[in-house]
Amino acid sequence: MKNNSQPANFFRALWAVVWKDLSAEWRSRELLTAMLVFALLVILIFNFALELDARARASVTSGVLWVTFAFAGTLGLNRSMAAEKDRGCLDGLLLTPVDRSAIYFGKAIGNLIFMFVVEVIVLPIYSVLYNINLFRPGLLLVIVLGSIGYVAVGTLLSTMAVQARTRDILLPILLFPLVVPVMIAAVKASGGFLQGLPWDEISIWINLLIVYDVIFVAVAFMFFDYVVEE
Amino acid sequence: MITVRKLVKRFGPKTVLRGLDFDVESGEFVALLGPNGAGKTTFLRILASLSRPVMGEVRIAGYHLPAQASAVRRRLGVVSHLPLLYGDLTAEENLRFYGRMYAVPDLDTRIAEVLEVVGLSPRRRDLVRTFSRGMQQRLAIGRAVLHDPDVMLFDEPHTGLDQDACVMLDTVLREVAARGRTVVMTSHDLARAADLASRFDVLSRGKIVASVHRDEMGTTDRLLAFYRQAVGKREA
Amino acid sequence: MQSKPRFLSILDTVTAILFVVAVAMVFFYAPLERTMGQVQKVFYFHVATAWVGMLGFMVAAVVGVLYLTKNDRKYDIAGLAAIEISLVFFFIAIILGSIWARPVWNTWWTWDPRLTTATIVELIYAAYMMLRQGIEDPDRRARFGAVYAILGFISVPLTFISIRLLRTIHPVVIGNSDPSAEGSFSMTGPMKTTFFYSLFVFSVLFVDLFWHRIRMGKLAAKVEELRLKVSS
Repeated sequence: MKNNSQPANFFRALWAVVWKDLSAEWRSRELLTAMLVFALLVILIFNFALELDARARASVTSGVLWVTFAFAGTLGLNRSMAAEKDRGCLDGLLLTPVDRSAIYFGKAIGNLIFMFVVEVIVLPIYSVLYNINLFRPGLLLVIVLGSIGYVAVGTLLSTMAVQARTRDILLPILLFPLVVPVMIAAVKASGGFLQGLPWDEISIWINLLIVYDVIFVAVAFMFFDYVVEE
Repeated sequence: MITVRKLVKRFGPKTVLRGLDFDVESGEFVALLGPNGAGKTTFLRILASLSRPVMGEVRIAGYHLPAQASAVRRRLGVVSHLPLLYGDLTAEENLRFYGRMYAVPDLDTRIAEVLEVVGLSPRRRDLVRTFSRGMQQRLAIGRAVLHDPDVMLFDEPHTGLDQDACVMLDTVLREVAARGRTVVMTSHDLARAADLASRFDVLSRGKIVASVHRDEMGTTDRLLAFYRQAVGKREA
Repeated sequence: MQSKPRFLSILDTVTAILFVVAVAMVFFYAPLERTMGQVQKVFYFHVATAWVGMLGFMVAAVVGVLYLTKNDRKYDIAGLAAIEISLVFFFIAIILGSIWARPVWNTWWTWDPRLTTATIVELIYAAYMMLRQGIEDPDRRARFGAVYAILGFISVPLTFISIRLLRTIHPVVIGNSDPSAEGSFSMTGPMKTTFFYSLFVFSVLFVDLFWHRIRMGKLAAKVEELRLKVSS
């Protein structure tokens, strides 16, 4: 579909989609509550599974965090797209004279905000529970970059999954193998910052994350049309 | 207003529309009748720019589909059997969202106007989740007329509504159509269609097999006889 | 439906003969590797099957692009055919790798970059199959399949780079060899001949199977069509 609307319309539509998702969530708080409770449960289970004592903590924290974010993320992505399918809203969105990429970026930014909210709440809780300071600028940067890559592919794939018969179980199966590169780079970079490694050793992972983000955002944006148009 | 020529649509190996021709003049209210599986919904989805035809030409208000979809979408209002509304937003917020997507000017006034037309002003601050089906469907009509479209498409708007809700819906539908809009409505409820439409087309096996004007018809019984004959002719 | 094309029958025979020759070459022509002995012979088919696997995934991505631009069903049939064949070959490659790794690395499995990437690749294309199974509408199934095949193919090299940056013990036999990698060796003349011949034979085998699978896909589409005709 060619874009023959002005850029002003593009951004107005994009923010309309974001605003709509945020206000609906502000009402029900279903999605964020589910993501948060789930995230905390995952951390709790890791506590038993890994015996997170002081020594182990330093090395596995980054892994535990990213597994938690990835699991909670799929929950959020699924729910956010299911809301579009519920009363036929996806059709409603497609009926509007708006470029499809505005819809994609609107949904993706909404999902990203939900993910950030969960992360911002999980970090201090984890810090308190395990007595480790997670509020380091470097770590926050990694979390932002990692979440962008994750949500970029996740939004595209959840749009596909929600249109399939097996929708709820399909998303993690489609998403996890594809975001492996993002996950590896994010875990390594987070681990680097937590262990206080010099920037030289971390920078390569940060660079990779940026490259992956660019690739995944571009690709997802390119293919979104094909996933929603009949 | 609407011109369709030799329209073909396939789903994989299954051909749903087989060279369908269809014309609607400006201001007409066409009821599209036909048995289940005749391709009514598919046809309407193509007119609504939600589905791409395999072959054939579709023009709405002078614009081609799917090439000029964006221009067509701006002039199109669609009501389907699903309301296309967000349950966790209020009636007003739903309209505000769609208004922004259509870049409707002077949105607040327009929203108040539309809510008045569909009779939902008192409940404008209530969540759509709490609405009955009939109310959701009326709000859906409000959503569809928000940007003042020239052409309206109704896909089985009465599905799942009780008698009272149907009557109320008809009032709104009539009012919407009375403003000089072109309307195409699919329905399998002949009596309802007979009340509303000015022309009746029968779609069977992927083609328009018969078409008749309201003045030639008169009573619902004659419409029923006409419909039976049109469908039966193809079936045999 | 047309009967089996004659050229396909010829190709079947040629493939079979080439394959027998390849097996013979591996056992009788290629010399025994000095330190690893017999088990090194797995290497010829291991690389060849992995190559066919990647070839099929690449073909699937290419026909995926073609499907999305041309919207022709034959590209969807070809995409599914390529991925099905590749899933099997890639799995064989992983198994052969394990057989080789047991005596050489002293373990069936290790989280080396290529092994890990290979596993993730298998999972990506297994997900592709599940995606297809979850969608009834054939057009949507084809579209989503094409998109996922392309996404998967883009993600594979990224995954490999990431894992590669961790650490490797996989021998690099072609190109710049890292002598510290355990189990690496340099190929002599007959070894090279056998190696490249195996690559060639498996490529021919892929073409042959691909052709058969596409014919099968077309027949299946035809059957579906006829069934619809009968039932309506």
